[in-house]
Amino acid sequence: MPRARRRGSAGRIALTVLAGLVFAFLMLPLLVVFPISVSSASYLQFPPPGFSWQWFQRYLDDPVWIEATIRSFKVAVLCTLLSMGLGVPLSFALVRSRLRAMRIADRLVAAPIIVPNIVISIAIYSLFARMQLIGEWYGIAVAHTILALPFVVILVSAGLRTFDEAQEQAAMGLGASWPVAVWRITLPQLRPSLISAAFLAFVTSFDELVIAMFLSGASMTLPKKMFDNIMLEIDPTIAAVSVLQILLATFCLGLATLFGRGLVPGAGRN
Amino acid sequence: MSSARREAGLLPARPDPARARERVLVGLALPALLLLGVVFVWPLLRLLSMSVADGSLAQFEKATLDELYVAVLWDSMEIAALVTVICLALAYPVAAWLVQAGRIGFLLGMFFLLLPFWTSVLVRTYAWMVLLGRNGVVNRTLRDWGWIEFPLPLLHNLTGVLIGIVHVMLPYMVFPIYAALLRIDPDLQRAAEGLGAPAWRSFLRIILPLSLPGVFAGCALVFVITLGFFITPALLGGGHVMMIAMLIEQQVREFLDWPFAAALATVLLAATLVIYAALSRLTGGQGHAAR
Amino acid sequence: MDLTVRGAVKRFGAVTALAGVDLDVAEGELLTILGPSGSGKTTLLKVVAGFEVPDEGSVQLGSVDVTLAPPRARDVGMVFQNYALFPHLTVAQNVAFPLEMRRVPKAERQSRVAEALALVELSGYEARLPRQLSGGQQQRVALARSIVFNPRLLLLDEPFGALDRKLREAMQLEVRRLQRRLKLTTLFITHDQEEALILSDRIAVMNAGRLEQVGTPSEVYARPATRFVADFVGESNLFDGIAGPDATAEVPGLGRLFLAAQAGTPGARVTLLLRPEALRIGGAADPLANRAAGQVVETVFLGLSVKLRIQPEGGPELLVRLPLRPSEPPPALEGEIVTVGFAPEDVHVIRQA
Repeated sequence: MPRARRRGSAGRIALTVLAGLVFAFLMLPLLVVFPISVSSASYLQFPPPGFSWQWFQRYLDDPVWIEATIRSFKVAVLCTLLSMGLGVPLSFALVRSRLRAMRIADRLVAAPIIVPNIVISIAIYSLFARMQLIGEWYGIAVAHTILALPFVVILVSAGLRTFDEAQEQAAMGLGASWPVAVWRITLPQLRPSLISAAFLAFVTSFDELVIAMFLSGASMTLPKKMFDNIMLEIDPTIAAVSVLQILLATFCLGLATLFGRGLVPGAGRN
Repeated sequence: MSSARREAGLLPARPDPARARERVLVGLALPALLLLGVVFVWPLLRLLSMSVADGSLAQFEKATLDELYVAVLWDSMEIAALVTVICLALAYPVAAWLVQAGRIGFLLGMFFLLLPFWTSVLVRTYAWMVLLGRNGVVNRTLRDWGWIEFPLPLLHNLTGVLIGIVHVMLPYMVFPIYAALLRIDPDLQRAAEGLGAPAWRSFLRIILPLSLPGVFAGCALVFVITLGFFITPALLGGGHVMMIAMLIEQQVREFLDWPFAAALATVLLAATLVIYAALSRLTGGQGHAAR
Repeated sequence: MDLTVRGAVKRFGAVTALAGVDLDVAEGELLTILGPSGSGKTTLLKVVAGFEVPDEGSVQLGSVDVTLAPPRARDVGMVFQNYALFPHLTVAQNVAFPLEMRRVPKAERQSRVAEALALVELSGYEARLPRQLSGGQQQRVALARSIVFNPRLLLLDEPFGALDRKLREAMQLEVRRLQRRLKLTTLFITHDQEEALILSDRIAVMNAGRLEQVGTPSEVYARPATRFVADFVGESNLFDGIAGPDATAEVPGLGRLFLAAQAGTPGARVTLLLRPEALRIGGAADPLANRAAGQVVETVFLGLSVKLRIQPEGGPELLVRLPLRPSEPPPALEGEIVTVGFAPEDVHVIRQA
């Protein structure tokens, strides 16, 4: 018995080391941009020769960067509203309807995860060019909704499936109409799933590049501006912007973890 | 009797709550399905139809017979396969570790997985450029330690592209495997070991087979998404690595050759759907992304 | 009548859940729908509550036809199987919910919630969440929530199923007490015949979408209308036989039995019911008109009584239940041959259709 345990613990240590290395690999690129963003060098240099806020300053002083940032926020907020406003009712239908057509709809909603982004992008690009929607921020938001919708539906459906529908019936028996029962009884209990879904929709849109590349035209979103900068000149302004994005992602992930649920299958066990 | 009269139209039909409920549910689904129809299905069909707009299959002949383009398609497949294998090798231990981790370890591990997942692909790709370049962090550090004399070629080649894509796709492999491992009753392994099986044997005979659905689901997802990758190979490949998505972008942006781009897109889409369907079949029908 | 159901029919595809049900519940009465699962009792409840619309027939509350009315327009309080308390609302908010839906002013709402919680002896628990309560307490909250708005009708859907035996018995008595005190017209659904016998003013036994018999507990127990009722309610010895002349019946293996009255035209097929507690053994059986000798196959000690299975030679096995005082020795041992007897007036005749 002791032998087995010793071997078990040796295997465990090996597993921990392996997992630790993979975690290091995952975190390395996120951490490396922090020192570079506060470098005093005027070009990419590592380790940084000194400390300076100059790259953050340059980002804040450049109206192109700021405009792109604001535009990305607007797009992401509208995308979040759209994908929640459409995705939550859709989830009710997908979970509760017994119609066979809904199973096809279920596949259809999940399809944008599988269909290559480049294909979705040029397809929408060709259509939007025709409708003269290129360069319109809301056009990008609508296109991003297609990408965010599957995440919203997956998270909200998972929450809805664990909800006991007898509660809605009870509320209706006690005098509520169906919409009131959903609003007062069902949705409050789905709140963790809804919060996670909203944050994921926001981040999906805020980070998206391929669709934005085709649809944004001259009015760039933040990822498009970053892409152009990386292609043209790697100056540490990008590092400063990257740091801000990582902080935003940390913030969103933190809030979603505190108040949300179901980001990961089984993560609710804690 | 009264039902016969109702069928004869003498009595008004009674409302059926079950049917009314289905009507409401369809109504709830409709706006989203409408948007998907207009902004997803319709543009896709339009695009696919462009490939045969001239009434011939000439564009497909070019896409599937011209050596130049076939090579790109094969390269893309090869990259997707390599990424899938590497991800599987890295993700399985992580998923296995997460299942047995304590509360703090679990939260920390999830944070390490989810933060990159939530961080823009662009930021991560940029960071890899900083890390892997000729004078990048990795080469500088290795040289300072005296491990190498000349910088390793890590960027603007296949190595760089693989590192970048693996970094993006890793969580997509970890989560399905983790979910599959979580579903396995821990008593099973204990029972096997109690019956005298050594740990590695109970792993091979019990844990591994039971986690296979998760493995297949993860592989399907990673392979298929990698096949359509664009940003990472474009930036980390430095023009030396060409994937089919880049080819499509080039046709649209540089040559404005929509019919050929559409044909390539159709080939990519068909390959994606066929491979995904085939791999999902192996998982026993639970191939959906995060379900 | 407070609740009147007439000719209710409900089909789900090829399955007929209700095959024409007529039911009347008087004001202040507690009527139990008793039946096995799949008998249609839950469908009947849903039709009364308004969650299903019957294909045919009508439902009336008082003088109002509510057949097509949605649940919220019915003024029916309902306690669900698993209580269906709202886990994100406090006890007070749960109980206030139906009042809020009826736009009762806030001040009145508070006093009525306090009143209802006092009735179920949960004063002081207002601010708790359902998950902080025990099963019995959750049940009381569900009860308070369903009576706080003075419903015209109270529906109880197997409300005691989740409780352990002791708590279940306490809650049954409490519900009965409350129902009597408030004179609540109540429809109670259960598959537990013991529970039905304890609680009900009247019992309606349901089987295959029909009501087989409606009557007081003692009627249903002593004079079941059908073989199904006799079998489902209580323990029974059931024999198939042929009616004979002069208040007798011929039962294969038991011979000629004497009855209290003529069972039917001689030659008619009848079913005879004999409750286990009507049988006597040994010396106590000697003066009784119907007797048989048999071997004791099994004795089961039940505390206040003892249950015997006795096998007369060539006849149907007999189930006998005898009262037992703590000091007494068992009346018979396994393997012993004893005389079994019963009086003609204890044989209940069920006429076969």
